[in-house]
Amino acid sequence: MEQYEIIIVGGGPAGLAAAAAAKREGVDRILILERDRELGGILNQCIHNGFGLHTFQEELTGPEYAARFIKQVQELKIEYWLETMVTDISPEREVTVVNSRRGVCILKADAVILAMGCRERPRGALNIPGFRPAGIYTAGTAQRLVNIEGQLPGKEVVILGSGDIGLIMARRMTLEGAHVQVVAELLPFSGGLKRNIVQCLDDYGIPLKLKHTVTAVRGKERLEGVTLSQVDENGRPIPGTEEEYVCDTLLLSVGLIPENELSKQAKVVLNPVTNGPVSDESFQTSTDGIFACGNVLHVHDLVDFVSQEAENAGKHAAAYVREGRGGQKDVRKAWEDCTIVCAGTGIRYTVPSFIDIQRVEKEIAIRFRVTAVFENCYVELLADGQLLTRKKVRVLTPGEMAEICLKSDEAEKYPNMSVLQIQIKEA
Amino acid sequence: MGKEKELVCICCPLGCRLKVFAEDGKTCVLGNHCKRGKEYAIKELFHPMRSLTTTVRVKGGAYPLVPVRTNREIPKEKIMECMKILKGMIVTAPVKTGDILIKDIAGTGSDIIASKDSGASFQDLDKML
Repeated sequence: MEQYEIIIVGGGPAGLAAAAAAKREGVDRILILERDRELGGILNQCIHNGFGLHTFQEELTGPEYAARFIKQVQELKIEYWLETMVTDISPEREVTVVNSRRGVCILKADAVILAMGCRERPRGALNIPGFRPAGIYTAGTAQRLVNIEGQLPGKEVVILGSGDIGLIMARRMTLEGAHVQVVAELLPFSGGLKRNIVQCLDDYGIPLKLKHTVTAVRGKERLEGVTLSQVDENGRPIPGTEEEYVCDTLLLSVGLIPENELSKQAKVVLNPVTNGPVSDESFQTSTDGIFACGNVLHVHDLVDFVSQEAENAGKHAAAYVREGRGGQKDVRKAWEDCTIVCAGTGIRYTVPSFIDIQRVEKEIAIRFRVTAVFENCYVELLADGQLLTRKKVRVLTPGEMAEICLKSDEAEKYPNMSVLQIQIKEA
Repeated sequence: MGKEKELVCICCPLGCRLKVFAEDGKTCVLGNHCKRGKEYAIKELFHPMRSLTTTVRVKGGAYPLVPVRTNREIPKEKIMECMKILKGMIVTAPVKTGDILIKDIAGTGSDIIASKDSGASFQDLDKML
């Protein structure tokens, strides 16, 4: 059985940044496993710009952003296997892989970093009634067809969901000559970035209908039209509000789900809110020696934050390997002595979920999302009910991930802290 | 006759609803909460600029397309004209990131450059396997 110090599952932005960071920490035998024909992950089909403003202080396209990290990985002489599928990860960190050159083989790792990213929520998850005609795609599939394969999926388009990929595809399809009639969003607000609403919809006169959803799909072989209905505050369609659209294409941009099938096989405990692994401040999951970062851990809005998070995960995995832990510690038992990070009023989730206060070196960033739009509010950190720190924020929206830092000198005042609560307080 | 426009500010997540007026060389912006919003609104009223990212057909590459972008922003109203030029274009691999494919497209002063390498066969890419 071949032995590696760190095996990284996924060669997208998270896997690349984690690998480079671990190598710089002195870990020698690192292997990246990637199922596609090239490194870079989803960035390869995200040809629009706006990536890298935080990391490189310039606006790059997806392929350009990926290329910077691929170059680092190549310069650091990190081994990677392409067109390689991971079919199993055991809790003992045995990784089963398959590719056309080696067939099936099992690799052993001191540490594994999960960096599989996420997938799109499909039509099946939405319960749209009707036949199953051709012409219904997730926005990301359409993006791959248009930007990589060079195929336009259709000419008359309706988009359901106003997530960023849906907005980006509204513009992209328009540029390629399709007519995007409308973007419908179930919620009273868009989950997409303001910039995308302005530059992808407003610029091209594409209407955004909030509180609307698709209630019927027509056509048997090929999509012929859809019905949009207004919804009430509970998201239920209001009878009498139906509007008919004649279209040959329906794109779905209705959310992303972390891709955790392999994590489950490794007995990694998942958080039902994020659909990603429960993790501690070192990005370790509930299975000893298995770390997670990027969209497999929780869905990010900006790739820059994925890279930052992955770099930290890579460093922690390197420290784990260096310490020669490599055994089979009961992480869940160890977490019982850690501080639990608790999502209070207005907070939907936090990453991490557990913090070992003794292991915090300078500060740790706690990332979170809010449940609704808050303006001019405070984000507060409470140690067992005592206010530890707070910061004023102009605006927080569910669509934009935020963070607050726990500084070690503040945390040290509460060495036995059992609950660290984050909450939103209106000013 | 003056000019006026309603728009949503993109400078921060607040997304202020702006109204901008111009008459006799004077401008007025309403609804902004900061200086950046005012500058944005005036720029949008007189000369909105955008980056363009799209793809161009490529012969002999690993994929049928190579992604491209403008190397500086172009006037918004020139976007469709640029798309028309790029749609009819076929380049031959190899293409390197940053290669200029069209100089000064549609008289905008901006060049179209490749944003990805094209032409490396996949055998080269995964020789480390």
